[in-house]
Amino acid sequence: MRPVGSLSPGFRGRARTLTDRLPPGQYPTESFPVLSAGPTPHVATDGWTFTVTTETGDSRTWTWQQMMDLPQEDIVQDIHCVTRWSKFDTHWRGVSLDVFLEDVETAATYVKATSYGGYTTNLPLADLRGGKAWIVHGYDGFALSPEHGGPARLLVPHLYLWKSAKWVSGLRLTREDEPGFWESVGYHNYGDPWREQRNWGD
Amino acid sequence: MTDDLTHMDGNCLAGPLSEILAVEPTAAWWRCPQCGRSGTLAQLHVYGPEPGMTAVCPGCAYIALRLVKEEDHVWLALGSGTSAVRFRTA
Ligand SMILES: [Zn+2]
Repeated sequence: MRPVGSLSPGFRGRARTLTDRLPPGQYPTESFPVLSAGPTPHVATDGWTFTVTTETGDSRTWTWQQMMDLPQEDIVQDIHCVTRWSKFDTHWRGVSLDVFLEDVETAATYVKATSYGGYTTNLPLADLRGGKAWIVHGYDGFALSPEHGGPARLLVPHLYLWKSAKWVSGLRLTREDEPGFWESVGYHNYGDPWREQRNWGD
Repeated sequence: MTDDLTHMDGNCLAGPLSEILAVEPTAAWWRCPQCGRSGTLAQLHVYGPEPGMTAVCPGCAYIALRLVKEEDHVWLALGSGTSAVRFRTA
């Protein structure tokens, strides 16, 4: 962030707006820190697949090319990490989860997102619908790098960033809410940054 | 996993584990259920410390343990499953 003093008076209104966009307990950053919970998987796009599996075991799989043939969106969103940094106006490119979930018949209310490398995270299915979650493969005009979850990651910017599973490989739709990789060791099941849902019991 | 330079070695588990274990924890022996390799916790590759510490097998990256420190608690999960134990440290 530029210090406010360096902004011309005309930009003060925008600076205030940014403050309003900062959830409690967060600080803004221009960098994009990389947090890792294991070695970075290097997944080639020609072997990449994304599979949605319902609670009855029905599944649908997209290859990289099939995913790229779906309607693409340019996405601008603020992101918030549970380690207290927030980053405004991040630019992504990808496909809305509404597109992947459109023809999926399910009575499930929860999702376990799975990743290459073994990471998992759990979310309510409703949080992946309604134009607020994507599979993204581009960041800032370039292909998403492996460090940031490439070739493709989940992006659910209204929840803490650990919910936006890097190296996403699929979604498993479930009737029960099953804790994922961090949720099972004390992190919050839902993770709303505006309610500071960092830990179990917050 | 030798091409990955972002991890720490398992000796960094000594502090947080000794808060909840009375023995010297990083000398403890561990066997990987996935590739069969064995060694001490000190030989694991550790990622983190934020949002938590993840110790993985140096041979195949199987998840050996996860450790999350909170203000008054340490959470510990052995293995890759969802079963974890929360210790009070304060
Ligand atoms: Zn192993």
